[in-house]
Amino acid sequence: MDLTIAGVLTLDGLTNGAIYALLGIATVLIFTVTRILFIPQGEFVAFGALTLALFQTGQVPGTVWLLLVASAAAFLLDLRILLRVPAAPGRARAVLRLALGQLALPAAIAAVSVWAAPRDLPILLQGLLTLLIVTPLGPLTYRLAYQSIAEASVLVLLIVSVGVHFVLLGLALFFFGAEGFRNPPFVDARYALGPLNLSGQVIAIFVAFVLLMALLKLFFGRTLYGKALRATAVNRLGARLLAISADAAGKLAFAMAAFIGALSGLLIGSTTTVFYDSGFLIGLKGFIAAVGGGLASYPATAVGALLLGVAESFGSFWASSLKEAIVFTLILPVLLWRSLYTPHHEEH
Amino acid sequence: MTLRKLFVPTLVALLFQPAAQAEITIGVSLPLTGPASGLGIPCNNGLALWPKSIGGETLRVIVLDDASDPTVGVKNARRFVSEDKVDLIVGSAATPVALAMSDVAAQARTVQLAASPIVTAPGKDEWSFRLAQSNAVMAIPVVAHMKKHGVKTVGFLGYSDTYGESWLNDFTKEAKAAGIAVIGAERFARTDTSVTAQALKLTSANPDAILIAASGSGAAMPHKAVVDRGYRGKIYQTHSAASRDLMRVGGKDVEGAFVVSGPATVADQLPDSNPSKKFGVDYIARYEKIHGAGSRNQFAAHMYDAAILLEKAVPAALKKARPGTPEFRAALKEALESGGVTPVSQGIINYTPQDHWGFTKETGLIMKVVNGDWKVEQ
Repeated sequence: MDLTIAGVLTLDGLTNGAIYALLGIATVLIFTVTRILFIPQGEFVAFGALTLALFQTGQVPGTVWLLLVASAAAFLLDLRILLRVPAAPGRARAVLRLALGQLALPAAIAAVSVWAAPRDLPILLQGLLTLLIVTPLGPLTYRLAYQSIAEASVLVLLIVSVGVHFVLLGLALFFFGAEGFRNPPFVDARYALGPLNLSGQVIAIFVAFVLLMALLKLFFGRTLYGKALRATAVNRLGARLLAISADAAGKLAFAMAAFIGALSGLLIGSTTTVFYDSGFLIGLKGFIAAVGGGLASYPATAVGALLLGVAESFGSFWASSLKEAIVFTLILPVLLWRSLYTPHHEEH
Repeated sequence: MTLRKLFVPTLVALLFQPAAQAEITIGVSLPLTGPASGLGIPCNNGLALWPKSIGGETLRVIVLDDASDPTVGVKNARRFVSEDKVDLIVGSAATPVALAMSDVAAQARTVQLAASPIVTAPGKDEWSFRLAQSNAVMAIPVVAHMKKHGVKTVGFLGYSDTYGESWLNDFTKEAKAAGIAVIGAERFARTDTSVTAQALKLTSANPDAILIAASGSGAAMPHKAVVDRGYRGKIYQTHSAASRDLMRVGGKDVEGAFVVSGPATVADQLPDSNPSKKFGVDYIARYEKIHGAGSRNQFAAHMYDAAILLEKAVPAALKKARPGTPEFRAALKEALESGGVTPVSQGIINYTPQDHWGFTKETGLIMKVVNGDWKVEQ
C-alpha cells in the first residue's frame, strides 16, 4: 500500500461515508422526534435514484401513482376525523384546506410528472421533480403507518417499521423491476488532484453533505419549526402543552428524512448501479452510524458515518470477502463503550 | 401488457383441458413474480413455442407462479405430483426454488426439467435434469479464448454468493489446466455502493485479463469501476451477464468486453456448421414473431429446448407405458438418459444416467461487445 492507493481508498470511503452520514442524520432526526427506528430510510434512496432513472427513459415512474393513492388514503382518513366532530363554523374551510393540501397538491405534482416524462427535460429539472414526488411520501408514510399508533412503545414502532420496509421494498420491485439503473451525472466534469481523480459527482456529494449539515444547524438553531422539532424531541408531552402538534412534528421530520433520502439517491445514482433493493444496506449503514452517535447526536453520527465509509473502503481492499463483517463488527466496541460510559435512563 | 402475456398461456392451459384419457400432464412452476421474475416471465413466454401434442398425445400444461420463493415452489411441486398427477415437472427458473423442488421430484419419482443450473448433493439429482448450462461448461470457452489470446494471468471479481464462488472454483480448475494463473480474487455484492477498492487492488496487480462473475445490470458496475481505474487489459463477463442490461447500464465502458453465452441468442451469427444454429434461428424467428424484434433471451430458449428433448423422449416412453402411470414416468427418465447427443438451441445436450447436466464442452461461445451489440468471436 502506497500513498496513492491510500488516497484513492480514503476518497472513496469518504464519498460513501457522506451518503451514510446523510441517512444516519435522517434516522436520528426521525428517532428523536417520533421515537421510530425508521428502517425503510434506505428505500427513499432507491425511490429517488430510480424515479429519476425512469424519467431518463421517458416513462412515468410508479412513485407518481403511489403518491396519488397514498395522498387519497390520507385525505380520507383525515376527512373522517374532521367529520366526526360536530359541525363547527370553520369546518368547511378546514375541509377545503385539507383537500387542497392532500389532493390538489399531489395531483398537480402528478400532472406535471406525466407532462414532463416524455419531454426529455434537462436532468436537473427531472431531479427537482423527483424530489417533489419522493419528499411527500415521507409524511404520507407517517400518516398512514405511524400516526394512529404514535404513542405505542419503541418496540411496536420498530415492528411496524419492519412491515413498512417490506411494503416499500415490494412496491419498489413492482415499480422499477428487478434490473438496476445508472443515471448520467448531474455534473459531467473530472479534476485531477495529484494522483486522485475527482469527478463532478463526488464533489456534488460533498457539497450537498456540507450544505445540508449547515442548513440543519441553522434550521434547528434559528427557525421556529426547528425549535418546535427540538422541543418535541426533548419532551413530547411538554411540547404538546406548548401547542406544538406531535403529529405535525412527526410529519415534518418524515418529510425531511424522505427529502434527504431522495437527495442521497440522486447523488449516488450516477456513481453506482442502483437496484430496487439497494437502499436497505445503505440505510442500514446510516443506521449503524446513528447508533454510534447514540441515536441523539448529529455531529457524532456524521463523524461515525465518515469513519464507517473509510473502514469499509479499506476493508474491501484488504479482504473484500469479509467486508460486510468488518463494517458491522465495528459497532460492537462502540456499543460496549457506550453501555459502559453512558448513564442509563429507564425509559419506555 | 406483461400481465396479459403472463396470463394468456395459463388461461389457455386451463381452458383447454379436454377430457381425453391419455394426455401428458406437465406441471410448470416459474417465478412470475418476485426478484427472479426477470427469468420466469420470459420462460413463461417461451411456453408458447411448445407443440400442442407430442407422439399423438395432447399436452396438458399447468403453469403456477412460485414467486421466486422456495417454499411456494415446493408447494407447487407437491400439488403437481399429488393432485394433478403430472408426468413431468418443469422449473423453476430461480436456482434456490428449483433446488428445493428437486427433492419433491425425487420423492415422487417424477422427472424434473430445471431451467437453472442447480447443484444438488451427490446422488440427489436422480430425477432432475438441467436445461441451463453449468458454470463449469461455460468456463471452458472462456479459458480457451484466453489461451488463444495469450492471457497468462487473470484477476477475478465476483459476487460474494454461490454464483461467484462456483465460477471462481470452476474457472480456477479449468485455467490451471491451461497454464493460466488466477492472481487475485475479490468479492462484492450486487447492491454495494462502490467497488473502487476491489478494482484498485485487482488492477494494481495488473493481470492480463479480469473475469467478472455477476449478473445482468449488476455486472456493469464492477466493469465500469475497473475501466475507471485505467485498466487496459481484456475484461471477460459470464453468461449471467449476457443480456442487453449490460450495455444499457454499462454504456461505452463495456465496449470490447468478452461475454460467454449459449448459442441461442446469437444463432443468426453462427457458422452453418454449428449444430445449434438451425434450432436457434427457428427459436428466434418464432419467439420474436410473438413478442417483437429483439425480445430473444436465453430463458425462453430453455423452454424451447425442453420441447425438443420431449419430442425425442416422449415417443420412446410411450412405447413402454401409458401417461399418468409411474411406469411412464420411469420410462420418460430412461428415455431422456438414453437419448444420446441432442443438439438444441442452447448447445448440445447428452444426458446419461450418471450425468444430468447434459451440456457438452462445445456448448458455450464467446461474444464481444461491439458498438453496443453482440458479435460472435470466431
